[in-house]
Amino acid sequence: MSAREPRRPGLDRWRRDGWLAAHKWLILRRLAQAGFLAVFLTGPLWGFWITKGSLAASLTFDVLPLTDPLMAVQALLAGHVLEVSGLVGAGLVIAAYALIGGRAFCGWVCPVNVITDFAAWLRTRLGLKEAYPLDRRLRLAILAGLLVGSAVTGTIVWEFVNPVTMLHRGLVYGSLFSAGAALWISIAVLLLDVGVASRAWCGHLCPVGAFYALIGAKGLVRVSAVNRDACDNCMDCFTVCPERQVITPALRGAKNKVGPLILSRDCSNCGRCIDVCAKDVFIFTTRFHDGAGMAAQSPRDGVLQGEKML
Amino acid sequence: MERRQSPPINRRALLSGAFRAACGAGLVAALLAVPARQRAQAVPLRPPGAIDDADFLSACVRCGLCVRDCPYDTLKLAESGDGQPVGTPFFTARTVPCEMCEDIPCVVACPTGALDKTLTDINQAHMGIAVLVGQETCLNFLGLRCDVCYRVCPRIDVAITLERHHNERTGKHALFIPTVHTDKCTGCGKCEKACVLDEAAIKVLPPALAVGVLGAHYRLGWEEKDKAGKSLIDGIIDLPDRMPEAPATMPAPERLPGGGFKEFKP
Repeated sequence: MSAREPRRPGLDRWRRDGWLAAHKWLILRRLAQAGFLAVFLTGPLWGFWITKGSLAASLTFDVLPLTDPLMAVQALLAGHVLEVSGLVGAGLVIAAYALIGGRAFCGWVCPVNVITDFAAWLRTRLGLKEAYPLDRRLRLAILAGLLVGSAVTGTIVWEFVNPVTMLHRGLVYGSLFSAGAALWISIAVLLLDVGVASRAWCGHLCPVGAFYALIGAKGLVRVSAVNRDACDNCMDCFTVCPERQVITPALRGAKNKVGPLILSRDCSNCGRCIDVCAKDVFIFTTRFHDGAGMAAQSPRDGVLQGEKML
Repeated sequence: MERRQSPPINRRALLSGAFRAACGAGLVAALLAVPARQRAQAVPLRPPGAIDDADFLSACVRCGLCVRDCPYDTLKLAESGDGQPVGTPFFTARTVPCEMCEDIPCVVACPTGALDKTLTDINQAHMGIAVLVGQETCLNFLGLRCDVCYRVCPRIDVAITLERHHNERTGKHALFIPTVHTDKCTGCGKCEKACVLDEAAIKVLPPALAVGVLGAHYRLGWEEKDKAGKSLIDGIIDLPDRMPEAPATMPAPERLPGGGFKEFKP
């Protein structure tokens, strides 16, 4: 086994299976994020309208309304009931993420994720140590605060600072490129995550993600540490995971008789643990199936057993 | 693999401390950059059908669907410095005024009700109210017949009329004063856009800035008198008006039937 390089998680997988395999889910996520952006941009760029609006509220092919559910809730608390299309849109989004589960929005749609993933990558490469550990429950406090704030002020308060919608608007309407608020708020998030605290925004502060975590808490799609017996404690999954606390119960749960499914609502279903693991510990599965059957069919099962160090 | 000698811990700590401080300072600077870009400029106007400004921010999710469906690219989403909360729709009359589409697509597109769907007749819109603020520079006030604001008004002779006044400067000409009727003006901004001056003499302002509001207890005596059909106060004796004796060289002022005197120049 080669010497571990803690600043380059996934190197072993890369060396064994190639770069593409070691970045499969990352690439798919970036494609998804680009795709969700592209549907908004075909209209203004080429006159072919797929989706109008922004992540706050949109209309696809002039029939499908989608609304940010947190926005709808804030409006409601502020004393305003959205139009039927807006409410239907919020309902559809809630239903979709409740079904899919996890913080799929955060990992697969949200444009801020690209910034914070980059910040985390930079921190890992620079080997920056955590200086100001934040409490991951802060985001729930902020979520509660903005809901109360909306009710008290009678406005959708989070929109005054929301980097998610600001950045998306900045990309879709172009203000990012004219030094608008989107640019400054994105720089702020980047500097926060790089220089102040690791995964500070998405992993600790963002109430939009916290809200999606609550919606998707019982969703279908889950990562399972199905081959956890093969784990050699290389820590690569913990290094790349934006919510590392979700891994431990599943990966180290055998002795506590806890199943291998990652059931924490904080998991964003990003699949990076699957990418970087050289021992093929993780797979995507559903909450009703911990993947045990699939594991036996893994072509490398024999190799894994042979390599097993413990 | 050969490992490089790791630097002394204090230097590394120093470097990462400096890096953190720089990031922290940059973070604060980036956050302050948003309000710092605020600058004074023309008052931004809301799209047609926008509900009261106090309620608007409880409803508008800043999605931009109204902007997308505006066929004339009149509507924009506010940026920091535009004078409205970031992401909310607005337009600047002097740049691109509202073309007052009959089907009002921006209102139809709104998924939140921030633009009120009960507005179906664009003539009933109140995006703002035109006010002729530049009374010292307006060409019509100077006695010329510019009339451009009047001519371009989609509600010509309803929302804006030319009122004839005496030209005191020449003593013998008329002024045709563009006069906005606040309850009829939609605030589309065509007049402000068309004003030929370097800085528009007529500007569309949000209603709250454009009109005065009488105290609820105010009564206009002459209207009350008309309503009642008689004076509200009994027993007022209307004494004859005593006029100064006209000098012999000058004709006596001629009384008008409605009261007052026909204008004369000594």
